[in-house]
Parts: sequence; structure tokens; C-alpha cells
Amino acid sequence: MREIETIERSQLREDVTPFVPGDTVKVVIEIKETTGMGDKKTVRSRTQAFQGLVIRRQGSGARETFTVRKISFGVGVERTFPVHSPILKEITVVQEGDARRAKLYYIRKKVGKAARVRKKKLS
Amino acid sequence: MKAILGEKLGMTQIFKEDLVIPVTVLKAGPCVVTQVKVSEKDGYEAVQLGYGDLKPDRVNQPMKGHFKKASCEPVRFLAEVPLSVADYRPGQKVKVDIFAEGDRADVSGVSKGKGFTGVVKRWGFAGGPASHGSRFHRAPGSIGACATPSRVFKGKKLPGRMGADNVTVQNLLVVGVDQKRGLLLLRGAVPGPRGSLLVIRESVKGGKKRSVKR
Repeated sequence: MREIETIERSQLREDVTPFVPGDTVKVVIEIKETTGMGDKKTVRSRTQAFQGLVIRRQGSGARETFTVRKISFGVGVERTFPVHSPILKEITVVQEGDARRAKLYYIRKKVGKAARVRKKKLS
Repeated sequence: MKAILGEKLGMTQIFKEDLVIPVTVLKAGPCVVTQVKVSEKDGYEAVQLGYGDLKPDRVNQPMKGHFKKASCEPVRFLAEVPLSVADYRPGQKVKVDIFAEGDRADVSGVSKGKGFTGVVKRWGFAGGPASHGSRFHRAPGSIGACATPSRVFKGKKLPGRMGADNVTVQNLLVVGVDQKRGLLLLRGAVPGPRGSLLVIRESVKGGKKRSVKR
């Protein structure tokens, strides 16, 4: 078991921004795109941002993931990322939230103003 | 052909470029060649490998003699593998470095025992409806006709012991090799519980040497 822990520890990223459920974050991911086949194959990479509310943080160690929810063109979109994934270029906390629970699934049933998390007051 | 004995440590996941790869971590070797069987003497060719620490007081006299012949330390597990006899001598060590990243491997072991199980779990029977007064839930149903043939056909799928079978998983990709700690990382699952003995062989299907990313 100790060997597995060592392997998992080697997979961890040290530059992970601290954030908790209720925060609004902007996640920038790098996407690799391949075009063509064989010799004509080219790999391009571009970045894509995903901004929304963190509704869950789950798992531990290298297996930890978090879910970001946003409303896109009136449709709720949720995306789950591994916290330590190398495709994550950047995570920035746009707004700190003051959530009273760890999993904000209730947000899914709320619309408009009710679908918000209180902003964290500076203490 | 190359082979090594090892033990399953468990599963985890690792990041490779932009992918998350599910891996099984195996402790492979160091193994020792305890006997080389040759056609003239034994009627067939094989190499007997040994793996695992063993307390000296756990070795009985016949086994002590067997290990003495190979002039090696006593080991806990022995397994025969059909390797090319010319390359091996008794007492020779086999380490994980016989495998490299990108190789393909077959892994054999004894699967987890499930005990006495019913037909739904053992053979995938559909079972009946759970409710609405069906009175038929997980039973096997009819097992044959009546006066003709007056018996149950051999091989009929019935409840019984499941698991604890010899199982081989073929063509697993070697994702990583840790020579220092003797670890082997294979993509996917291998048979058996953690800590069970496994025979890791070069894949018979081979396949082209590929990068870890598919």
C-alpha cells in the first residue's frame, strides 16, 4: 500500500490554488487537437476557459476532483475536473463564496437569484 | 518470451499527458530461477521461478534440498513458465527490468472467490420481476423437460461455486517500470485480490510497441 501512496504523491501538483465549494472559479484548460492522419498529422493546442460555481470537491490525493457549474445559454452545464490534472493551466478564484455545506447540489433546482451562494464577508 | 512472478498491490490512476490512465500496481520480482527443466531429463522444457521472502524455519527438508541445488535463498512461491531454456541457469535472478514502458504483458492469477452463488450472479440469468406478486425472483427456473430425457443435461448452468479460477488477462500495456522499488504499472485490471501471486509474461499477441498514449 505504501508503494501506491508514493505513486499517487508523485502525481500531485504543488501549484493548486486553494478553493472550496461555493467559490466562483475560472478554470483554464489546455486542449490538444490533432488534425490529419499519418504524416500530415499535426498537433495544435489551445486554451479554453470554464467559469462557474464550484458545487463539489470529492476524493483525495491524486484522485481528487471538483465540479464547476455554470448556466450557458439558459442551460445548466457542469464539468468535472481532476484537481491535479496536467491539462489545468490555471485556476483563479473569481469570487469567494460562503456556503454552509460541502456539496451544493441544491443549486441545481434553484433558478435566478436563488441560485447564488452568499459572498464571503471579509473578516 | 520472458516472464516474472509478482504480487498485486492495488489500483490507482496516473496522469499521462492529457489522459488519466487507470493502472494496477504490481510488485514484480526479484525472482530467482530455482530449476531449469530440460527435455532429456524431464520430458519438457520449462523454467521454474521462485518469488517471495520466506522465514528459514518455514522451509521443510525436501524443499531445503531443492533450493540448495539452485544455491539460492528459500522462496515462498514457485511457478513454472515455458521459457527458452538456454537463457536461464539455476540461481539466476530475474528483475522487473525485463519489461519496459510500452511493452505488452499477459497476467495470470487466481480470481477472487465468490463462494456459492446463484445463477443470476454466476451465469447472468435475468431473474424475474422484483414485485407485482411475481413470486419468481432469482431462481434458475426450469432446468429441462420431463420424461424425455428424464435427466438434466450435462453442463446445465446451475448455482455453484464461482471465482477462484485461473484467469489470464491478455495484452495489458506497461505504463511504467520502477526498477528501484521493483514495481510494474499496467493499464487496466488484473485477476485476484491484493497480495495474490501473479505470473506476468510477455504478451503472446504481442502487438506493436506503442506509446503509452493510445
